[in-house]
Amino acid sequence: MTAVNNESVLQMLKEEFTEAVMQSDTQYGMLSVEIPADRNTEIVGWLKSHSLINMGFLTDVCAVHYPEQKGRALVVVYHLHSWTKNFRMRIKCFLPAEKPEIATMTGLYNSANWMERETFDFYGVQFIGHPNLKRILNMDEMDYHPLLKQYALEDETRDDKVDSFFGR
Amino acid sequence: MVKMVDAPQGIEGQGFFATSLGKVIGMARANSLWPLPFATSCCGIEFMATMGSNYDLARFGSERLSFSPRQADLLMVMGTIAKKMGPVLKQVYDQMAEPKWVIAVGACASSGGIFDTYSVLQGIDRIIPVDVYVPGCPPRPEQIIEGVMKIQDLARNESLRRRNSDEYKKMLESYNIETQ
Repeated sequence: MTAVNNESVLQMLKEEFTEAVMQSDTQYGMLSVEIPADRNTEIVGWLKSHSLINMGFLTDVCAVHYPEQKGRALVVVYHLHSWTKNFRMRIKCFLPAEKPEIATMTGLYNSANWMERETFDFYGVQFIGHPNLKRILNMDEMDYHPLLKQYALEDETRDDKVDSFFGR
Repeated sequence: MVKMVDAPQGIEGQGFFATSLGKVIGMARANSLWPLPFATSCCGIEFMATMGSNYDLARFGSERLSFSPRQADLLMVMGTIAKKMGPVLKQVYDQMAEPKWVIAVGACASSGGIFDTYSVLQGIDRIIPVDVYVPGCPPRPEQIIEGVMKIQDLARNESLRRRNSDEYKKMLESYNIETQ
């Protein structure tokens, strides 16, 4: 029986999906694989239903904003966990900032419901097919997605902070 | 030993005591403030110590916490108020009956504190009027008691007509709060 580890899972993914495994690296001992955004449910679904790997748990969905990368400004990261094999990995899907759309994972994992809403709330990623894609943590009246880097982290209504006091 | 509140200034004689109604009502209000604790974080923990036997806010006539805003006199906001929480706080304030006082306990309630960020209200005085600010992060129970004593001073010396004045109504209108 094949062991489930970074090398074997990467090998199996490459055999099954060939060119769809666009990039991969290992950071802090954790495998990270980049796949095309339009094949996310197909590949993660395969990992979930694979009898050996058995990725039964979606630990986290989040996004990262890289404003300097044209056409690849947003990345949606899925953290997967196989409880039976005690194996974790990351799946990354890059999206253009102009059209941040990706298929929802709610069909595969119920836990994606909350986390995709959160990712939409903070990064504006549109999860196509999500049953209830609306803000979850920020107030409903907010008209932007605050973790996109073009927006200031500070509250912009304050006028009692002089920049020179704060080294800005 | 039970220490009674001194009687207000007045004219005393055999079998009668005369003073102004405002002073008597002020004395009664100041010594029976019912606080509504709106505790959202660590300042709330300090408030729990303030209510406990060691510091004992009951000594000031405030042992009766009111968890219904309709019966509360003093809104004590203790902790970070997220912008999402803002409308809730405003509604709680709206539901309190006049006369009502507000005390902002700690840096977060007073100014947003260290949370200078898009999601946190930069001081509750952006949505409701505040009577007393207690500094500290979090303030010690002694400081919270000092704040309550300042509110007592305000209650004791407030003119009975203040809440009917145009000035007061204008102040509420500046916060978009409907006046009765």
